[in-house]
Amino acid sequence: MASLTPRRRRATDWTNALFVLPYLIVFVAMIVVPLAWGMWLSTTKSDLFGTEGFVGLTNFVRLFGDPIFLQTVWNTFYFVLLTVPLLAVLGLALALVLNRQARWAAVLRTIFFASTVLSVTVVTLVWRLVFLPDSGLLSVVTRALGGTPIAFLNDETLAMPAIAITTIWWCIGLPMVLFLAALQQVPRALYEAAALDNASRWRTLTRITLPAIRRTFALVIIIEVILQFQLFGQPQLMTLGGPNNATRPIVLFIYETGWRQWELGYASAAAQVLFAMILIAAMVQYWLSSRREAR
Amino acid sequence: MRFGRTHPVALTLIVIAAVLMMVPLFWVLALSFKANAALMADTNSVFSLPYTLANYRTLFGDGQVFRWIMNSLIVSLGMTAGVLILSSLAGYGFARLDFPGRSVLFVIVLLGLAVPEQAVIIARHQMLSLVSMHNTYGALILPGLSAPFGVFLMTQYFRAIPRDIDEAALLDGASRFKIFWKVLLPLTIPAQATLGIFTFLSAWNDYWWPLISATNKQMFTLTVGIASTQMNFAQTEGLGFLMAQAVLAGLPILIVYLFFQKYIVQAVAGAAGR
Repeated sequence: MASLTPRRRRATDWTNALFVLPYLIVFVAMIVVPLAWGMWLSTTKSDLFGTEGFVGLTNFVRLFGDPIFLQTVWNTFYFVLLTVPLLAVLGLALALVLNRQARWAAVLRTIFFASTVLSVTVVTLVWRLVFLPDSGLLSVVTRALGGTPIAFLNDETLAMPAIAITTIWWCIGLPMVLFLAALQQVPRALYEAAALDNASRWRTLTRITLPAIRRTFALVIIIEVILQFQLFGQPQLMTLGGPNNATRPIVLFIYETGWRQWELGYASAAAQVLFAMILIAAMVQYWLSSRREAR
Repeated sequence: MRFGRTHPVALTLIVIAAVLMMVPLFWVLALSFKANAALMADTNSVFSLPYTLANYRTLFGDGQVFRWIMNSLIVSLGMTAGVLILSSLAGYGFARLDFPGRSVLFVIVLLGLAVPEQAVIIARHQMLSLVSMHNTYGALILPGLSAPFGVFLMTQYFRAIPRDIDEAALLDGASRFKIFWKVLLPLTIPAQATLGIFTFLSAWNDYWWPLISATNKQMFTLTVGIASTQMNFAQTEGLGFLMAQAVLAGLPILIVYLFFQKYIVQAVAGAAGR
């Protein structure tokens, strides 16, 4: 009897693993294998018809000498710089004003989050109709004010800011609700104490509210950096990466190299570079959130 | 409405911002009710009569959009069901059961959270090409089932349920599966709702994977379909028609959002803050 128990135990242990097995199969098939495959592909010369062979780091060397790829890296950073600080600051501002029980605040919260549920194709369709040179909303307004309409999406310096505005309109809901959740966590007692001390509105904000949500602010920045690094649909649909590559981000480079030129090895190498960048950001996020839990 | 202690300047600014948020949507809505010819002649005609339902008539007459909506529904519902089943089973396994290598496997799955779509999409596309699966619902659904977020969420949720509940059922002679199915699963309904809404919304709005996997027009999801008509912006049936399409694609999800706002916001914020 005594010798039977361990074997019986082990048998049940293995059947227990059956619960996680279905997911693990999909996980291995759709994440582990493709990840390894992608890394291997990035060291080969591959196209539509197959792999021609191992080329070591040639693809990576080529990437860092490829002016178009380097520009897409710059464009991606530029886009992140245009959107992330504004998303964080505007999201915080909205949350500070709308952190109320009142009905009007609830209505406004609904409005500011609404665009988040739309797909990128609807968002770009809407905004192309805003930016359209002759019949867009902005042109109509400009003309009504007596000005000359500008073709934002055809202008090398204005196209990226136009895409950034579109993106901020689309994505502002998430930072707002993350800040709202954080504001709900600030202990009421702190505000009551501040009120007893007759602290001004500004002092309450800078001495109590902002320090209390410091870590959320950092988290929002990181989450948005990771999200906006993956810019793809907006330029693919609004500008095709133009004019003159001014709005071509890394992901669009990967897509076009992979599915337009069918240079799969080269595209995989670009994907690995992007992966490394996102991984660094994700590690910072993990570090920040685990620090929050430690407190 | 009472505006209470809100500073008037802040209030004015935020109302202006809210109007700016909505103006593009109303612009699209207005354009969709104008005849293409009138818009071609002068966009300012949007501010005056006549308005027409012609664009919607063309859209509904075409039928293609409905095919795309159907595809999107099938893919989104299929992915949601799949994710809920796989994540619940795995979450229960990781949270409650003992088996060799459990903690290592769980850590590996969590590491999967850091893998962005871009790092795996080329190989996924090749793998599914090898088995000739593209342009099927299976190919559109399968990659989405691997997202580790659901497993992470469900494991945490199962862990939070007191163990006394399982032990009482175990003493009653219930099997592992029966405990999972009859006793614990009903307790996880809030988490199922969050995960389900989040998965449905991401599947419905997904763009890159269906763009490369579904190349046959009949298999387009709504996002890809809208993109394909948008691509030849100049040669399409006209602005009004495009706008009617945008309204048809955007409005249902906005209405769903108005009804389930609380859950949707929770789901999206929860997924981001993991």
